[in-house]
Formats: sequence, structure tokens, C-alpha cells
Amino acid sequence: MVPGVDGFMYPNEVELQWSLLIVLYPYITGLVAGAFILASLERVFKVEAVRPTYRLALLTALAFLLVAPLPLQLHLGHPERSLEMYLTPHRSSAMAMFGFVYLWYLTVVLLLEIWLEYRADIVRLAQTTRGVTRLIYKALTLGSQNVSPAARIIDDKVGYTVTVIGVPSAFLLHGYVGFIFGSIKANPWWSTPLMPIVFLFSAMTSGIAAVLLLYMASTKVKKMAIDMRCLDTIAKYLFYTFLIDFTLEMLDLIHRTYEADESFRSLDFMVHTRLWFSQVVLQIGLGTLIPLALLAATQLRKFSEAVRRGMYLAACSLTLVGIFAMRWNVVIGGQLFSKSFLGYTTYKVAFVTREGLFSAIGLMLLPFVIFVVLVKLLPPWPENQAVGVSEDHVAAGVGSA
Amino acid sequence: MDITRRDLFTIGGKLLVLASVGATLEQIIGAAAPSDAYKMADHWWGMIIDIDKCIGCGNCVRACSKENGVPKGYFRTWVERYEIEEGKQPRVESPDGAMDGFPPSGRTDVKSFYVPKLCNHCADSPCVQVCPVGATFVSPDGVVLVDESYCLGCRYCVQACPYGCRYLHPDKDTVDKCSLCYHRITQGLTTACCENCPTGARQLVDFKNPQDPVHEFLRKNKVEVLKPYMATGAKVYYKDLDGAVR
Amino acid sequence: MRRLFQDAGHLVRPALVLLAGLGLFILLRGAVIPKDFGKYGHFRPGALDMIRQRPVSYAGQDTCVMCHDDQATVRKAGKHAHVACEACHGPQAKHAEDPAANVPKLPDTADLCRRCHEQDAAKPQWFPQVVTAEHSGGMACNSCHKPHNPHID
Repeated sequence: MVPGVDGFMYPNEVELQWSLLIVLYPYITGLVAGAFILASLERVFKVEAVRPTYRLALLTALAFLLVAPLPLQLHLGHPERSLEMYLTPHRSSAMAMFGFVYLWYLTVVLLLEIWLEYRADIVRLAQTTRGVTRLIYKALTLGSQNVSPAARIIDDKVGYTVTVIGVPSAFLLHGYVGFIFGSIKANPWWSTPLMPIVFLFSAMTSGIAAVLLLYMASTKVKKMAIDMRCLDTIAKYLFYTFLIDFTLEMLDLIHRTYEADESFRSLDFMVHTRLWFSQVVLQIGLGTLIPLALLAATQLRKFSEAVRRGMYLAACSLTLVGIFAMRWNVVIGGQLFSKSFLGYTTYKVAFVTREGLFSAIGLMLLPFVIFVVLVKLLPPWPENQAVGVSEDHVAAGVGSA
Repeated sequence: MDITRRDLFTIGGKLLVLASVGATLEQIIGAAAPSDAYKMADHWWGMIIDIDKCIGCGNCVRACSKENGVPKGYFRTWVERYEIEEGKQPRVESPDGAMDGFPPSGRTDVKSFYVPKLCNHCADSPCVQVCPVGATFVSPDGVVLVDESYCLGCRYCVQACPYGCRYLHPDKDTVDKCSLCYHRITQGLTTACCENCPTGARQLVDFKNPQDPVHEFLRKNKVEVLKPYMATGAKVYYKDLDGAVR
Repeated sequence: MRRLFQDAGHLVRPALVLLAGLGLFILLRGAVIPKDFGKYGHFRPGALDMIRQRPVSYAGQDTCVMCHDDQATVRKAGKHAHVACEACHGPQAKHAEDPAANVPKLPDTADLCRRCHEQDAAKPQWFPQVVTAEHSGGMACNSCHKPHNPHID
């Protein structure tokens, strides 16, 4: 009897191939896509109420995007060969094509948008700071000191265009990750056309929740007044996005249960045993139903500011846990059952190996470290700007580009 | 400060130098093409397996392991024993992949048989489809191979294979699997598993060879591939495969 | 026009950075990718050579027969005619290359014979199989059966 195996598994299936780090990867890219969509709410969809979090959301997206390739590098048997994905990409492989989507998104969308948004500040800071910091800002100006009002209007128009392109790019960024799983016909837990869409909506949910939490944390740390109208609006969008996400996941579940094809009995058993805690308790119960209930309550009844803040804090924290559990259930769940539908294996998380728990914790903390550095370098707060924040976009005639 | 013509010349000049360096390197690093008596275009390899002849001795598993240096606990080929009681789910086992054969089960009241398994060398291989860099591929003579000096070890192909025939080599950190003993069959030998099968249950076949027994075999017998609904173009044909086999 | 260039001129800079990156990428591709990559499909043709050059461990029955034709004659007459020599004797390519230097060890019949001939319901009915404990009472199989031709007159 093979330890950890119940029933029969093909001999090579017993050991899991994609570990905790591969759970982390879609989680991180999901946060990127979600944070960016929140930023685009103001820029493209004219939801003016969320303006205070615009820059914050962009920096959040960048911090997580920079960390995103790291779990993959740690997972690869030969990370030193990873450049091959760019040199000889196999066009039929979603994984290869994703490398280019990532690069496109990082450079042409995110970095460009951040540069255009912050240019006035960067030029100003290049003139007012000293030492190494000054060199950094000078490099960031790319040699141009042109911050005339006319130039800033052009910046704004181009920035608007970049955001418009950025929205489908963000969809592509995380939709692709869903496709990487959804296109594997060998694995019935993964293979569904719904996968990219479910991934996308859960990404948006987690990204919006993350920015909301970071906004609450940042205002507390900086001892600034929090804009409740902004917070309430973000929470509203979170609620609706989460509702759609939940609907899609329930659709998948109901569809499977109804059709009850060859794989169903095996998968059903797996959910009831190996995946009970992470799927039913964490993902659905604590991670979806409770946050949805909290958010629905705030939509239906007017609570006091302090109570609302507490409810948002609880809802967002649970949401982030729930979406992580969802990634776990997809990636790990997809490898716990045998493709013969006759057995199950177990996943034991290692601690100190390359793909172990400590690496995962480190990788989850790193984006916050980067975020703090970015916030120090490129302050997102209205007080610190040379030209007023709302003035910038209004003067440029947002939407009239 | 705007871009001047001078700036453009400096940048252009630097690019030109880089380009010529690159071109020289390319000449040096280019690889030589293979050329000898074995012509890939003349062959299209596969295998036929006769379930009724398999005795579950495990010779194939041992031979493959020795011939190809397969690491312990991983399997390029393995044998499964099915025991099917009427109206119930089949009971399947493969103790250490059948490296040491099977301990007698003692059960005589059920339908039981052995099923040898290996890479099916699919013509429309889903594992080749998902490889991001081209480290696994279908050779022109129909064998699915792994380029171990190019493989990243991402294991996407392991996930995509419906048959569970791939694994990550623990020492090389690249993906490994049955190569249909490519190093043997291109020299006129048969695969290690077929060579050592005492009953001839496993036989290497070449679909492009008009004299190969496979043509008569396919014409005269009821044959099946594993998981035909996956439409992978599997080239390992089983004679007398029971419908319960997964 | 000149006004536009004045106001939008700074946009050329990130465009140049991007182009420089692209240029570097193209150069890198030209330098590092093997020249014949893609000749037969999306892979390195050198891999085919690499794989073909792997060492052979099992010489194959035809090679054994070249020297051991006396054994071959004995086996042809019996039921083990279709069992390859190395199926019992193990991989002997090294021995075939240098017979004196690599002398094969005689296999242990206890494990060897049992693997094929131990009774099991999954084995086909026509295949000779016994419950070895009852059949030989603990005696070695080759006390009565000669492996090359196991028939007992």
C-alpha cells in the first residue's frame, strides 16, 4: 500500500506536481488584475467617488505584478532556462503566450500608466530631493522635464487611452491563467470553459478587497481622514463583483452535479472528504457567504461609520482568505484524485524546501514590502502633489480624449 | 530637453555594433543536423498489446528500468491488475508498478486480468500541445520525446497527459517518460519491454512498414486505445481490452 | 506641429526605451536560439541525436545467439523458445561487447520462475502456472526443470 493513497492511482500520479507556490501564482496575478480594474473604475468608467484610491490601486497592482513571476521561478526544475519561454515560445501553449501577456501588461499598461500619472511629481521630486533619491527620480523622468499644462493634458489623454487598453489587458492577464487550467482536457476538475471567467471574477473580487484593506490601513498609518464615500463605493462594487463570482461558481457546481458524468462520483467524494474544509468551510462558508452577507447588510441598511468600517474590514479579510482557498481547491484539488477515478492521494506541504510553506509566506509578504517602498517613492496622497489630483483629470477633460 | 539628431546617431551606432556581435555569435553556436542510414520519414512507430497474453510477470517494468535508468519509485511503464466483481467498481492495483510482479490475490470468483501501460505516443498529443518551449515533441517518426537539455521542469505536460505516463525525474529536474526506446529502435533493435516480454504480449510496430504484422492485427482483431474519447491519436492498440479499464 | 512636438515630445522617451528593449530581445534571439530549431517541428533537432546516442543495455536475443547457438538450439525445441535470453539473464550488452570482462551472474530461480509461473487468477488459463509451495515443496525449480528447456520427460 502506498502511504497517503486511498484506492488506486496511476503510479506516477501519487506525487503532486503543482504545489502551494502554484496556488500562490494565480492568487497574486488575480490581485493585480482586480486592483487595476478598480483603478480603471475612476479613469474610464467615471466613478469619481473612488478617486482617492486611484494611485494606491496602481501601486498595489505593480507591487504584486513584480512578485508574480517569483513563485513560478521557484517551482521550475530549471529556472535558469525560463528565458526559453520568450526565445522559443510554443504558440499552442497557453503558458508560453502568457509570458508575453505579462510583459505587455507590465510595460505598456502598468508602468506607462504609472509614469504618466506621476510625471509631474517625479519631475518636482527630482528637483527638490538630494543624494541617491535624486538620482532615482532623475532616472524616472527619462530625461524629460516637460510638465507644462499642455504636456500634462496630453499625458492625461494618453493615460486614458492606456487605461482603456489596460482593462481588456487585465482581463487577458488573469483570464489566461484560468485558460491554462481550463484547457486541460485530461483533468475534469479543471476542464471547463467557465474557468477563465470564474478566475477573472474571483480575481476582481480579491483585488478590490485588497485595495480596500490597503486604503483603510494606509489612512490609519498616515493618520489621515478616510473618505467614507470612497470606501462605500468600493464596497458596493466589491459586493456586485462577488455576487457574480459566486453565481458562476455555483453554476459550475450545479452543472456538474446535474450532469453527473464519469468523473462526478470521484470528484464528489473528493469534495466530501479531502477538500471538505478548504472548499465548503473556508471557501464557500467563511470566504463567500459571510462576506456576502456582511456586504449585503451594508447595502440594505445604513450603519454608522465605525460599524461599516468594521464590517468592511471583516468582509474583505474573509474574502481574501476565501479567494485563496478557491485557488487552493482548483490547483491542489485537481491533483488529489486519480485520473482513473479510482483513488485519491494526499498533499503534504513541506516547510523549508524551495516550494515549501516558508517560501510561500515570504512570497506573500514581499509585495507588501515592495508596496511600502513604492508608496514612499511615489506618494499616492493628494496633499503631496504639486498639481491637485482632481484638478489634473478634470482639467484634461476626462473622457473627452 | 528633446531628442537631437546627435542622440539618434549615437544610439543607432551602438545598435549596429551589437547587431554584428550577435550575428557572429550565431555562426558559432549553430548546431549540426543529424544524418545517417536511419531515415525518420520511413517509420511511424507504435505498439500493440494483447491483454490475453499478459501474465503480469513485470519483466517489462524491470527491463525498462534497467535499460533507461528509471529512478526508483517512478515508472516509464507499469502493469495494472484489474479485479472486477459484477456490479461493482473495478479493484485495481499496481504494487510498485509491478516491478516485482504481483503477489497472488487468491481471488478466483472475479474477472481479473493484467493491463500493461506506457506512453501512448499520441499523434495529437496534448502534452506536446502545452509545452511552453518545445522541450517535448512528436518526432517525425511518431515518437513523443523529451529534450532534457531544454526542459524547464514546469510539469505542464505532466498535468496534460490523460494517461499518467509522465513524471519529474528527481535528479535531473526535467520531465521524463517512455521514449519507446528511441535509441534502440533507430538501430534496428526492439524496445526493452518488448524484447523481454516472455509471451509476446507487447510488440513494437511500424505502421509505415507494409510487412509489419500490425496491419493484419488491426484488421483481424477488436482493438481499442485507452480513453478514446480524449481523441489524442494514441498509437498503442490493445486487443481484448475490457471496457472497465481506465 | 512644432507645438505638438513640444508638448508631446516626452512621450518619445518611453517609446525609445521600449524599442531598445525590443531590439535587445531580437538580438538575444538571434544569438542564443540554435540555428536549426524548428526544422522538424517546434523543437531542437539536436535532441534527436542526443537521445539516439544513449547507451544500450539489452543486447537482444539475436546477438546472444551469435555466440551461444548451442543454447539457442536447446531452447528452440522447448516452451521457452520465445522467451528472450536477457529476460532471465538480465541486460548483457556489456557482456556481448567484452565477454571476458563482464561475466553474467546466474539468476536466482526462486524469484525468477515464480514471477511468471506462480498461480494467479488474473493470468490467462492456458498459461502454465502452479502454486509453488504445493508444487515443489520448497525445492528449487531447477532441481527438476532445466530453464532452457523446462520439459521433463
